[in-house]
Amino acid sequence: MQALVSLLKRDLSLAYRQRAELMQPLLFFVLVISLFPLGVGPEPKTLQLIGPGVIWVAAILSSLLGLERLFRDDFSDGSLEQLILSGTSLSGASLVKVFAHWVTSIFPLIILSPLLALFLHLTEPMYWALLKTLLLGTPLLSLIGAIAVGLTVGLNKGGMLLALLLLPVFVPLLIFATSAVEAASMGLQYNAQLAIIGAMLLFSLALAPFAIAYALRVSQN
Amino acid sequence: MYFDGFQSFLDMGGYGLYVWLSFGVSFLSLAWLWLDSFFSKKALFKNVHAEQARLARIKVASENSENNGVQV
Amino acid sequence: MWKWLHPYAKTERTYQLCQLLLPWFSVFGLFIIILATVWGLAFAPTDYQQSDAYRIIYVHVPTAVLSKSLYIAMAVAAFVGLVWQVKTSFMAMMAFAPVGATVTFVSLVTGAAWGKPMWGTWWEWDARLTSQLILLFLFLGVISLYKAFDDKQQAGKAAGVMAVVGIINLPIIHYSVEWWNTLHQGATIMKLDKPSMPPEMLWPLLLSILGWILVCGAISMLRLQNEILQRDLKRPWVVKLALNEHVWGDKK
Repeated sequence: MQALVSLLKRDLSLAYRQRAELMQPLLFFVLVISLFPLGVGPEPKTLQLIGPGVIWVAAILSSLLGLERLFRDDFSDGSLEQLILSGTSLSGASLVKVFAHWVTSIFPLIILSPLLALFLHLTEPMYWALLKTLLLGTPLLSLIGAIAVGLTVGLNKGGMLLALLLLPVFVPLLIFATSAVEAASMGLQYNAQLAIIGAMLLFSLALAPFAIAYALRVSQN
Repeated sequence: MYFDGFQSFLDMGGYGLYVWLSFGVSFLSLAWLWLDSFFSKKALFKNVHAEQARLARIKVASENSENNGVQV
Repeated sequence: MWKWLHPYAKTERTYQLCQLLLPWFSVFGLFIIILATVWGLAFAPTDYQQSDAYRIIYVHVPTAVLSKSLYIAMAVAAFVGLVWQVKTSFMAMMAFAPVGATVTFVSLVTGAAWGKPMWGTWWEWDARLTSQLILLFLFLGVISLYKAFDDKQQAGKAAGVMAVVGIINLPIIHYSVEWWNTLHQGATIMKLDKPSMPPEMLWPLLLSILGWILVCGAISMLRLQNEILQRDLKRPWVVKLALNEHVWGDKK
């Protein structure tokens, strides 16, 4: 337990020192979303219609960009190997690392989301729905994403491959999240969608740490 | 034969393009996959042959050099 | 069962089993697939609703059925490989993957070619076409992950993890896409209700499914043999086998 706490502290302080790098996916997120009004025209009705989908697709893409640094530095400087050899539970350690990564590079994205909701003319109920889906859905992104990151960390050409592996897996999340926001825009209940995303989150919370640990062992050979 | 003639068979009740496109793509892909697998097996065997021939040449060359008393 | 299955963890035994089954699968598969195709194209009666366009069913349904079965087969092979550390199992996984990807691709193309005359468009975001498209991406993901590694043992494990993640996700994708599709019923799709197929249409369909299964089985076995040969290229049994085989362009 002590080891996991110090791992968390270490990851958080490392992330704090790399603030500039953490900004990049965030900027990408904002940029992609501000491109859409330029591409499809500033008509508020259209933007409201495509808004939830656009925000979610941009969130998935920018979290993919950010995910790459989850294990990369630890892999290249050898601390990952030490972590594997140290005898602390590797699945617990990966869960801690994923949590630290989510807090430092995905949570800011959620903090920025009100601004983007303004950009895309989302109504207030739509925004609350979006916030709930983001809070429930992005940890799922990180957990599942970490499996693929663990597998590709040893490869130099990871970036494109990561997207190819993960985007099809995120299809259900995208569908449920955007439909929750859509339901909110029509004043309907969206508890069912939230419940499904929550179920997927709990399921992956139970299984993903073991898969991540296995993936890291494969990569470390 | 369900159709009256070859022409009406090709025509497929006006849907000839779609039907023949589907069957064409299906069987071409299947044939391509089969031939690819078949020829890569041949290529693997050929690899072994080449490797064995190389080993044999090395053996002959080293025997010759021994008989001629050349120091290697 | 384990006593029976265990010897096949050895690559040589698996190779020989494939060699034994391969001619039967190839010959019967080819025969049945040709028979079913000719029957379906030329002798089956036409459909009163869709005229002769319905004949696409004789390639669309077998490939659609096989695409999912091959994904399951691939994932089961991956799972066996991951849990029991069977090397041959990963090779089987990589033998299934390209066959599955090709079959999924064919089912997409034939689905589109069927959609054009029936729905008036080549591509409809219909639930089945969409989940088939995602299935193709899953196949391609596993294949590209495997190809990205130089060490094939590592590659097998990595691709195996992704295949298992995919199979857990596959039913979720399937139902989510179906549900998404019912939500967005903007463009009304002509739902073709099939009461029950008359036997003279059904028989060639069942036969062509069988034919495709046999041929895809044959190709998978051939590819499994290739994977085994590739891995054991320097082993004495492969050398012995290869020297007995006639090779084109070989001076003897």
